[in-house]
Amino acid sequence: MIETIHNWLYSIMPEGVASITEMVLIATAYLALFALAGLYLVYFERKVAAWFQLRLGPNRVGPFGLFQTMADALKLVSKELTTNDRIDKLLYNLAPYFVIVAALIALAVLPFSKQFQAFDINIGIFFLLAVSSMGVIGILLGGWASNNKYALIGAIRSGIQTISYELSVGLSLLTMVLLTGSLQLSEIIEVQRTGGWLILQGHIPAVIAFMIFMIAGTAETNRAPFDLVEAESELGAGFHTEYSGMKFAYFFLAEFINMFIIASIAVVVFFGGWLSPFGITDEITWFPQFIWFFIKVLGIIFLMMWFRWTFPRLRVDQLLTLEWKYLLPINLVNMVLMAIIIWLNLTL
Amino acid sequence: MSYFSDIYNGIKTLLTGMSVTGGYFIRARKGALTQQYPDNRDTLKMFDRFRGEVVMPHDELNEHRCTGCQKCEIACPNGTIEIIWDRGIDEDTGKKKKKIDQHIYHLSMCTMCGLCIEACPTDAIVWAQNYENSVYDRAALTKVLNQPGSKVKAGIED
Repeated sequence: MIETIHNWLYSIMPEGVASITEMVLIATAYLALFALAGLYLVYFERKVAAWFQLRLGPNRVGPFGLFQTMADALKLVSKELTTNDRIDKLLYNLAPYFVIVAALIALAVLPFSKQFQAFDINIGIFFLLAVSSMGVIGILLGGWASNNKYALIGAIRSGIQTISYELSVGLSLLTMVLLTGSLQLSEIIEVQRTGGWLILQGHIPAVIAFMIFMIAGTAETNRAPFDLVEAESELGAGFHTEYSGMKFAYFFLAEFINMFIIASIAVVVFFGGWLSPFGITDEITWFPQFIWFFIKVLGIIFLMMWFRWTFPRLRVDQLLTLEWKYLLPINLVNMVLMAIIIWLNLTL
Repeated sequence: MSYFSDIYNGIKTLLTGMSVTGGYFIRARKGALTQQYPDNRDTLKMFDRFRGEVVMPHDELNEHRCTGCQKCEIACPNGTIEIIWDRGIDEDTGKKKKKIDQHIYHLSMCTMCGLCIEACPTDAIVWAQNYENSVYDRAALTKVLNQPGSKVKAGIED
């Protein structure tokens, strides 16, 4: 289908215009897909939260409350954008776009299936890490420009958190890169086609790396139990205290897309991306491979929600202790362990 | 080395917590606590400990257990209970005896603290589990708890 659209576009337009049209089409498709994905992740989060707390969750708007988040989004769009005096207008208005653009750029390199990948560069994981840590600039700008002490404290905390946990995310992925020998995401998945998922190939150090990645990834996305950035009881709403309406919705959506990105990285690097488990659907040609990708991503996202509704929030000092005294040393030792295992050919 | 035992205990306690919440998650479909209130108005039964309003139960002979001792009136921190009482001749002994004329309860002032019920020596007043107490006129919230023509049950004071 993609091939026919491609040929049709090139047949009716000159080459330059056609390629630009194609880019616009792909960008629109991604935007639409992820606006929708964000909305339904919010729905999923609310349902899961409700079940963890023996409640029912949204169940009024549409069947099983499926249109609840649509209604919420419409409400947010129609709300007034309030601002307070003496804000830095430019930075205040720019901050939500920083956050959402950083989240959307990262989507471009994610391999949803063999064909469904917008941008397959050879430094895929490096690109993902670089882009996903860019979002914190938007948070810092938002907190700074709001002229509100809660927002500023929240933003600074977010800065501390991201700088610290970026190390663990990077190192745990680097441990896995030792195993794959490539940063390109499609290549990483191809490695797992023959040898099994990387978390099995690398056994002990891979499992440790996965645990560290999940902890650090949850911290990266500012979710509970690392949500001291927006700790309600101390800071109001944290860095987005002064934001309302659609600008608030951008922050909110970016949080869920970031969660999706972290889960996607975990799926690609540890769980074989769009490969089916044991190759059960490899022979079925019409079976869309991206379904496996989304099933695995939803599993990881569920794990992160499980964390959120189980663990109490960390204090700032506990947050830094966890990273610098525990995760970082374990990570370094783990990397050496992985290197030794590969050197001695002990991988499965 | 408390470093490694800290890590071990940390992971162990985190997993314990996750197994508890995971158990709730799995069982949630069977036993959600949420009451779908306006929909299940006909079948909704309130819980025993729910504090709806204070009532005075009467038995089939239209007898209550209130002796008019006014302990509830004194115990009430915000004057919700007023007791209008009188002295009458007791048939058995021929002596003068205190009895209630009206046990007045202002539901609009009640904070449901329950001190009156704890203070009552004869368990004459108890909690009712009713809800939907809103009315259009606040005068309707002033209630006389003893029914007209009722009298105290014999032998309560002994």
